[in-house]
Amino acid sequence: MTTVDIPTQSTGREPTSNAAPVLSVRNLVKHFPVRSKGVIRRRVGEVHAVCDVSFDLMPHETLGLVGESGCGKTTTGRLVLNLVDATSGEITYAGKDLTKLSSGAMRPLRRDLQIVFQDPFASLDPRMTVNEIVAEPLRIHGLYGNSSDGQKKVRELLRQVGLNPEHGNRYAHEFSGGQRQRVGIARALALRPKVLVLDEPVSALDVSIQAGVINLLEDLQTELGLSFLFISHDLSVIRHIAHRVAVMYLGRIVETAPVEELFTKAAHPYTQALISAIPLPDPQKERTRQRVLLTGEVPSPVNPPSGCRFRTRCPKFANQLSENEKQKCVNELPALIDRGQGHQAACHFAEALKLV
Amino acid sequence: MTEPTTKAAAPSAGKPVATDPATGRVEREFTVKDRSQFQQTMRRFLRHKLAVGSLIVFLLLVLFAFVGPHLWKYQYTTITPDNSVPPSMKHPFGTDNLGHDMFAQVLRGLQQSIKVALSIALIATVGGTLWGTISGYYKGFVDNALMRFADLILTIPSLALAAALANNFSGSWWIIAIILGGLAAPYVGRVVRGMVLSIREREYVEAARALGASDIRIMLRHLVPNAFAVVVVNATLLVASGILAETSLSFLGFGVRPPDTSLGVLITLGQGAVNTRPWLFYFPGLFIILVALTVNFLGDGLRDALDPQQTRQRR
Amino acid sequence: MTVKTNIQLGRSESDPDVLLEVENLTVSFPTDDGVVNAVRGVSYQLRRGEAMGIVGESGSGKSVSSLAVMGLLPKSARVSGSIRFQGESLLGKSENQYAEIRGNKISMIFQDPLTSLNPVYTVGYQLAEAVLAHNDVSKQGAHDRAVELLRLVGIPFPEQRVSNYPHEMSGGMRQRVVIAIAMANNPDVIIADEPTTALDVTVQAQVLEALEAARAETGAALVLITHDLGVIAGHAERICVMYAGKLVEVGSIDDIFYRPRMPYALGLLGSLPRLDSSSKQRLTPITGAPPSLVNLPAGCPFTPRCPLAQDVCEENEPNLVATDSSAHLAACHFHEKLVGVSARQLFSTTSADPDLIDSADQEVAQ
Repeated sequence: MTTVDIPTQSTGREPTSNAAPVLSVRNLVKHFPVRSKGVIRRRVGEVHAVCDVSFDLMPHETLGLVGESGCGKTTTGRLVLNLVDATSGEITYAGKDLTKLSSGAMRPLRRDLQIVFQDPFASLDPRMTVNEIVAEPLRIHGLYGNSSDGQKKVRELLRQVGLNPEHGNRYAHEFSGGQRQRVGIARALALRPKVLVLDEPVSALDVSIQAGVINLLEDLQTELGLSFLFISHDLSVIRHIAHRVAVMYLGRIVETAPVEELFTKAAHPYTQALISAIPLPDPQKERTRQRVLLTGEVPSPVNPPSGCRFRTRCPKFANQLSENEKQKCVNELPALIDRGQGHQAACHFAEALKLV
Repeated sequence: MTEPTTKAAAPSAGKPVATDPATGRVEREFTVKDRSQFQQTMRRFLRHKLAVGSLIVFLLLVLFAFVGPHLWKYQYTTITPDNSVPPSMKHPFGTDNLGHDMFAQVLRGLQQSIKVALSIALIATVGGTLWGTISGYYKGFVDNALMRFADLILTIPSLALAAALANNFSGSWWIIAIILGGLAAPYVGRVVRGMVLSIREREYVEAARALGASDIRIMLRHLVPNAFAVVVVNATLLVASGILAETSLSFLGFGVRPPDTSLGVLITLGQGAVNTRPWLFYFPGLFIILVALTVNFLGDGLRDALDPQQTRQRR
Repeated sequence: MTVKTNIQLGRSESDPDVLLEVENLTVSFPTDDGVVNAVRGVSYQLRRGEAMGIVGESGSGKSVSSLAVMGLLPKSARVSGSIRFQGESLLGKSENQYAEIRGNKISMIFQDPLTSLNPVYTVGYQLAEAVLAHNDVSKQGAHDRAVELLRLVGIPFPEQRVSNYPHEMSGGMRQRVVIAIAMANNPDVIIADEPTTALDVTVQAQVLEALEAARAETGAALVLITHDLGVIAGHAERICVMYAGKLVEVGSIDDIFYRPRMPYALGLLGSLPRLDSSSKQRLTPITGAPPSLVNLPAGCPFTPRCPLAQDVCEENEPNLVATDSSAHLAACHFHEKLVGVSARQLFSTTSADPDLIDSADQEVAQ
């Protein structure tokens, strides 16, 4: 098996080091109110969807945001685009704090920050043709120009995402999932954004089609110098496409590291469990691999556990720690501690483990 | 069935194979004929025999009401020398005691009633769609205010209010249409709001917001077109209830007033003679039932045809 | 070729080990646009205690073929061919006769546990129902069995959980209850249709564990239907690969993963991003999309996506034939060309959609 020494072939997709981040998120918090049923909808609690999340997105970088459903990764993506109002925290883009902008002041910035959605069947308006869908962003921002200009731009966009512009007059439902996702990408690219939030862009696609869309995203990053915030639950895709990974659990980032570092030296027990829970498409390896199995399921984000949020499912907490050590997990919130080379883990008893 | 290949099993084996003209290759991905949503809707609608029949009858009625008066030998105001004659070749629907030709009267009455009903449906639909879309899109305070106001209007017995209002204006048909349409709008608004509440959560609406689309653009480009099916179905049903509302109002004496006429007015005038000269009552009555029934069946057919849940599967 | 295939598959009456035998199964649905040929002549045998995987993409017919086995297809479906369970034909059985087999001899696990659990009864009641339906035991006995079943599938505190309603449980827990119900009557066959697709990976691992426990307990044969090659790799011994309503490759798990002989299977493996590889090599997608199953033209349905395609592929649809061993079958005219070939050698690392490539070719040609 290959070790850490990755051949650094120049794909043109390496992030520019030492540059200032394109987008920077600090102490982002989002709580959704939970209301009682009935006429007077009293506020009875809060869903702690995103808690104290901080990260930087570098130019030309793909930052993978990984976690299971309900971990807050999708909400984080929406927050970054100001589609959901943050409870507190800062999102800095181009020197401006997005959380403080009015929707009018936000509009010009939307050209730079775009999103591709998970479900290619839900994210395209069924009453519009593909041409109309791709032209929509140009029209909104007054870039469509006269009709022959606009049509040329739309054709060029469709070509760029690997679609035949001749099919632009069809309705989206006539296309396969992969082609629809390409239309979604073309729409996001129409405004020439700098940052693309990709919310599970390939999760809904069939395996054989997934690869083409992943390749397309890689090509676009090279050609257009995009920065990706790549949200996914699929660690295999993340390992392939991301430069850096942040793992989220119950609203918090529990571990963040450069991609190879994370997969070869996973330090947080949750990351370890996540990696080892993914079945490998290789029968021989699958039969012999080491596993970190989790018990139970994710607790409710309305009432998260005290101290370390992962402790209720943590195999280390259950099997290896002494009573004193357990007390620390119950009482103290573990901070993200730097383990060198940009590798941070939020675990009091972090230990690197190679699982694949 | 011994051959495991598909050729024996596939009924399509005899059909011509489509080839892509550009590449000359056998087309495999788009073998289903390219059909617009309109075409699909049409196919589903045409399968609804009762609705197709109703559409034809309704169109004939409209033609009859608007073209008929120009062709028929009598005006509805003409007073003929024949008083109270039963239906005959000369007067197919008979005449009343003043010598009005009932056929001409029914033509005019039908025309007025359809005009009022269509206007009611149009006003209620446009107003209600606007109402419901704004309410559903903005949610929160706006929604609460608009919907409580809608509830308020819906608790008012609309016929009584319409009667009271119509009494203060001259009985011209468009006043009645505006009043009845306005009173029906909150009903449409509630239905549209329900649709909009679900549509606004769809990802394509979120995508539009991410692109920086304004609220008005989102409403006009995404919400209204996608709620269109419900709106259309409701509009047809409104035509039916519009006919009945106009009839009731005129019957009570608050709607269209003589010398102008409508189906409701004719019924009122004819009710006293139902035993002695039944043609004065039954012919207008028949047309009221015809219009209301055909429009209802039409609405049923449209609902089935426009229902996005409907698959292409045939039973 | 037909004859050859039949020899390969053999006749089963003499073989007592064969539990379920599906032969030349076709399922089609009439629609406005023509007939959808969802399953087009599928044949396989399931032996006692064996774990067989059926893998394919959406619309490949993998679920429909299993619903046909369970007699759960909608009324509009046209089914032909034969399905035999322990030598007894299932097709044409009445609903009552089917009920005898369903849940007793063959049980099924669906993707969404909520569709198979009744929300108004406790899980204990539903488990006891399943036990009582086919066994002569007391109510107390059935209740005890329910608790035992919940313990077997790894539900903590089964004595308390037994009185929970489905909505009080999480998705993974519910799916384990469904597995418990499926194994309640010691079935001979468990058909699991995408049992973990709706679940998170860590929960998926737990559910798969429960499925393994159920198999170990009952000794049932398993038909595992999934699109996830990783899940198949860990839980099946033999694999059928489905494409456009047909089996295109059948073989042992190692045959398919290490020696695929059908370009589709090879391409599928090559298009997967790998968790266990640090190389940032480009992926090799299979370009294009699966064919529409309406008005399917003659020839191999994989032709437009296949790098090996020749004229013969457009005309004749290949049958399953033996390749390197009699147990490894592939439906490809050129399966011999695939010996020792990697996906990278065969498929390109393009990112475009094929019709664009076609139109680009056209432009060059002009």
